[in-house]
Amino acid sequence: MEYLFIIISAIFVNNILLSQFLGVCPFLGVSSKIDTAVGMSGAVCFVITLATVVTFLLNKLLLLFQITYLQTIVFILVIAALVQMVEIVLKKISPALYAALGIFLPLITTNCAVLGVALNVVTKEFSFFGGQPHLFNLAEATVYAFATAVGYGLAMILFAGLREHLSLNKVPESFKGVPIALVTAGLLALAFMGFSGMVY
Amino acid sequence: MAAKSSFKNMTLCLLTICLVCSALLALVSHLTAEPIADAQQKKTKATLAQVLPDFEKAESEVVSMDGTDFVCYTASVDTSVVGYAIVSPVIGFGGTLELMVGFDDAGRVWSTSVLSHNETPGLGANCTDPSFKGQFDRFDPAEKVLQVRKDGGHIDAITASTITSRAYCKAVEQACRVYQVLTVKEESHE
Amino acid sequence: MSKLSIITKGIVKENPTFVLLLGMCPTLATTTSAINGMSMGLATMAVLIFSNITISAIARFIPDKVRIPSYIVVIATFVTLLQLLMQAYVPDIYETLGLFIPLIVVNCIILGRAEAFANKNGVVDSALDGIGIGLGFTLALTLLGLVREVLGSGSLFGWKFIPSEYNILAFVLAPGAFIVLAYLLVLFKKVTK
Repeated sequence: MEYLFIIISAIFVNNILLSQFLGVCPFLGVSSKIDTAVGMSGAVCFVITLATVVTFLLNKLLLLFQITYLQTIVFILVIAALVQMVEIVLKKISPALYAALGIFLPLITTNCAVLGVALNVVTKEFSFFGGQPHLFNLAEATVYAFATAVGYGLAMILFAGLREHLSLNKVPESFKGVPIALVTAGLLALAFMGFSGMVY
Repeated sequence: MAAKSSFKNMTLCLLTICLVCSALLALVSHLTAEPIADAQQKKTKATLAQVLPDFEKAESEVVSMDGTDFVCYTASVDTSVVGYAIVSPVIGFGGTLELMVGFDDAGRVWSTSVLSHNETPGLGANCTDPSFKGQFDRFDPAEKVLQVRKDGGHIDAITASTITSRAYCKAVEQACRVYQVLTVKEESHE
Repeated sequence: MSKLSIITKGIVKENPTFVLLLGMCPTLATTTSAINGMSMGLATMAVLIFSNITISAIARFIPDKVRIPSYIVVIATFVTLLQLLMQAYVPDIYETLGLFIPLIVVNCIILGRAEAFANKNGVVDSALDGIGIGLGFTLALTLLGLVREVLGSGSLFGWKFIPSEYNILAFVLAPGAFIVLAYLLVLFKKVTK
């Protein structure tokens, strides 16, 4: 039951893109077509979940040695290395998947959603069901990371759909491109605000 | 231009950079450990001064109630206790809402202060406004009901933010219960 | 290129927010008020200047293939330094900006300037570039924060002059961030054209 709450909260209520503003750059960059948006979401899902599990465990090590001040460095290096590794492994094992996700992978290192989720999970206290706030354990962290990534994908794909339609419409000259995309994102964020307060 | 990308060069380069960087960080983290602790202590002290009657020193302890640990402060002048402050976290509208609730020695709420919150700016975040927060000053839970008026209590809710207001009441009420546990414990010590 | 033009191009011609559209996440997330936007801009500027200086100084010794990881370590070090110093001396601002301080590491502006400018130019020029781009970023964030604060909470740098009844709350919340930024982009395009 608690997991269900984590999932709903991460996907809708605290949507990482529209209410926390993490990972906006690729959101604006690759969301002009649904196909690319789906590819990017898949890659992000994969990397966020994997990176969160690895950094979560590494953080235990950092705590053990009392060197949490190295957190940022360690996390970003792990993420960079992980992305690189996923790329190599994918190329060998599943060329088809690599062809679909490959071009997005290098972009993910600087996607702040990945580092954001990894840091959030180990520093922020969460609580559901009126229980006392507490830090996540590994299972909760994994579920949270995956659900957050799904929320990211959902927002991205919805947005790509909107933008595809938008390109068929007449838009004032100076609003063409990014500005109108931002206005659309604002309206989408407004829609997602309807979920706020639903869970917690 | 750039050094050659041989295996030896690359390893050496990364190793040196990592070593220098972590050494630098270790040094700075060592140097700032004290100011950081000071800053936190100063903040706790300032909050305590806000929620408690005048006191000379405050000692912290951990009290557990229903399996949860709460941080409490016992404030005293000379050797006589003048009040207690209890850190009380609850779930608000947008996440954790953490209050510090001060009590005088008679069990009245002296004052409250918001330690951290994730409420909506402009709505629930107004819980830090004196117009809402002030209702809890000198609040006697024995005389009045710690609930919003909608639920039959004596607290005026923040406009359009009933959930936050309810959470705030709940936090204070939770602190009252911790206060009971705390004072019973103190008495049994004597 | 004259020294002055290195600074000014970061503010107008290559403004990181309005022209290059980099570092969108902190731009949107931390600009709920002018002060918050400005603090975020200044924090990013500090990291940018120091990382630019360091990278331009050591770029010669770094093998090409491990260039990016080396830069990331340097940047992450400065970010952590900033984090520790802010925690110690300005804890209130540190708490408001929260997660977005460590996230300066993945701000594309910083790695972007390291790749595009600092590793090809001298220490002094790189420092000036850091100042210019940093100023451009700070100004953009302050402006965005200013507009959102005036519309959303009716105040200017914390000084309240419109009563709460007339505030348009949505501008302080997530949707307002996107919409105000869109309009500022359009204005910037019109003015500079």
